[in-house]
Amino acid sequence: MSEAGVAEAKRVEIDGVQIELVELGEGRPLLFLHGMDGIDPKAPWLQSLAERHRVIAPWHPGFGLSERPDDFRTIADLAYFQLELARELEIEDAILVGTSFGGWLAAEMVIRSARRFSHLILVDPLGIKVGGRMDRHITDMHALSQEQLTAAMWHDPEKGARDYAALSDDELLGIARSRESFTYFGWKPYMNNPGLRRWLRRIRIPTLLVWGESDGIVGREYIETFVGELPDGSLATIPEAGHYPHLEQPERFGEVLAGFLAEANPPARTTTD
Amino acid sequence: MRVYQFSEQPYHLAWEIADSVDSLRVTLPNSHCEPKKVSRLIGDRLAEWVLCDELGLNIIVNEHHASATSVSPSPTMTLSMLATQTKRARLLACGYPLANRLEPIRLAEELAYIDVVSEGRVDIGLVKGSPYDIAPANSNPVKITERFWDTHDLLIEALTNQDGPFTWESEFHEFRQVNIWPRPWQQPHPPVFVTGGSPETARAVGQRGHTLITILGGWNATKVFDAYRESVAEAGQPEPGPANFGYCALVGVGETQEEGFERLNKVAGYFRTTSIVAEPFMNPPGYMSAQGNAAWLKKNQTRGRAGKFFPATTKDGRVLKIGSGAGHGLGVTPQDMIDAAIAFAGTPEEVADQIETFYEHLGGFGTLIMMGHGGDLTHEETKASLTLFGNRVLPRIEHLDAVAASA
Repeated sequence: MSEAGVAEAKRVEIDGVQIELVELGEGRPLLFLHGMDGIDPKAPWLQSLAERHRVIAPWHPGFGLSERPDDFRTIADLAYFQLELARELEIEDAILVGTSFGGWLAAEMVIRSARRFSHLILVDPLGIKVGGRMDRHITDMHALSQEQLTAAMWHDPEKGARDYAALSDDELLGIARSRESFTYFGWKPYMNNPGLRRWLRRIRIPTLLVWGESDGIVGREYIETFVGELPDGSLATIPEAGHYPHLEQPERFGEVLAGFLAEANPPARTTTD
Repeated sequence: MRVYQFSEQPYHLAWEIADSVDSLRVTLPNSHCEPKKVSRLIGDRLAEWVLCDELGLNIIVNEHHASATSVSPSPTMTLSMLATQTKRARLLACGYPLANRLEPIRLAEELAYIDVVSEGRVDIGLVKGSPYDIAPANSNPVKITERFWDTHDLLIEALTNQDGPFTWESEFHEFRQVNIWPRPWQQPHPPVFVTGGSPETARAVGQRGHTLITILGGWNATKVFDAYRESVAEAGQPEPGPANFGYCALVGVGETQEEGFERLNKVAGYFRTTSIVAEPFMNPPGYMSAQGNAAWLKKNQTRGRAGKFFPATTKDGRVLKIGSGAGHGLGVTPQDMIDAAIAFAGTPEEVADQIETFYEHLGGFGTLIMMGHGGDLTHEETKASLTLFGNRVLPRIEHLDAVAASA
């Protein structure tokens, strides 16, 4: 939960929507889509990614201090928006990384168009329904106290503890807005799109699922089902990490990413429409 | 003035475990609910409401879900039973949690049906919905206010449109052939009451000309009523009268002050239990504004609202923190609650005096909702309290608003 800062984000207009955007580093572009808690530009994992990549990390519409247009109603609106963002920023041959809610969003983008992306990395993604009608494979985060939620999301819950009183008013407003929009887009069906699982077959670029072995939000069965629906999917698990392995094990996360990018070859462009 | 008798229909028999569970709502397994005992309790409440009809009192029924504080899932269901067992009582369905229940057409049909059966005695009471009733309904807490008003508009249109099927395609509802049968007895539609405790809600209600009900707002409820009056003035409408306002408080009447206070203390079981809600269901994201939630975070209060106490302010400015939990006291006396105007209690004469005083303080209200049953107040005690109210308090206060009484 340390991804809170909005201080170093810049304000930009994308497709008529005012959003906050963090951009740092140089190299092959990497579009990073955050989870329910947003982005901390000072986070070590982000800094190390920026050593090799031009990292573009937008706050989704409605999250942090980014505007949420009144006619944004579903995750599809966010997906089309991020595709427009990639077009406006002229992102080409890029790596798309999404974590948690952002992983769901990244998958929703690529089933629509993979034209600007060579690789997809989904970190503990939400987004698909697994199991029967009485099974719950995505934990009901809205039925947990803050303490229970932190325990479910972190291998070491102490790392997730947060002193809200120490944050600025803008940061607190950003957190409150992020929680609201996370709820708005993910309330029903709960944190999934019933149609997504079928269309994961359209994700033909090499895709890596990263899963923190201590994640209490989505479990191994869910992640393995997700990987199984992907034409070119592989799984990397990270020990001693929860729902945010990039935060809890940044070094290991960086290694996994680098290894995947070195080994996985994207298919010919004609097959990625 | 019209007086409505209110009971949340609590299942107080489960309250003995209140101190050992974190929630009496949403998560408490219904294994704690004994159907045969519920049957007896609901039978008592229905009999009390029938008695109200004889006493010149009116009837209000609310709803909550998955809760030991209230086993009433639908006011229209209860009022349809009472419609045939009563002759003159107004039947107020309040509150119907409009933004949580996603079948507004069915609601319009049910209200019209009861209105016809009761020969025009239905009052419509609308509420946004309690935060802890969102999870059982699985309605999205975000945009709840927008959804409330859109649903309100659709409900009124369904009740009043006589031109054959109409279409409603809004952000929140999709209907193509709306044409309810029967239509309501009262034309153009039964009176509408909306509950509100904030100036923002009061303004929105005032702009639509509905009656605003403030529940347990206490001595400070004036600011809510003032916001209503301001919004009406800004719209250039005639100055609102008592008929535009309602107030809800706890009531205990006895032959002696001691007996009245004793009954109030039992009704106040409501305060002991209403706030016992597990943290995540107290304030789902979106129910309050982001600005409001940010202010809570600043106090390191995570996602919850103040759950331990029910706050109230007395006429001399004392802030009461009314405690919850079954095993300990309220931390306040009946006189404290009377001073805060969240309760009227004592002998019939004292109760009438208290209501008259508060009536003047608020600038008049045509509707008084009395929580005359709550907690472990017995059926016999409830009947005695209601009878004293009907026979000896009502004659003193019903003249306070002649307009509303003859409406």
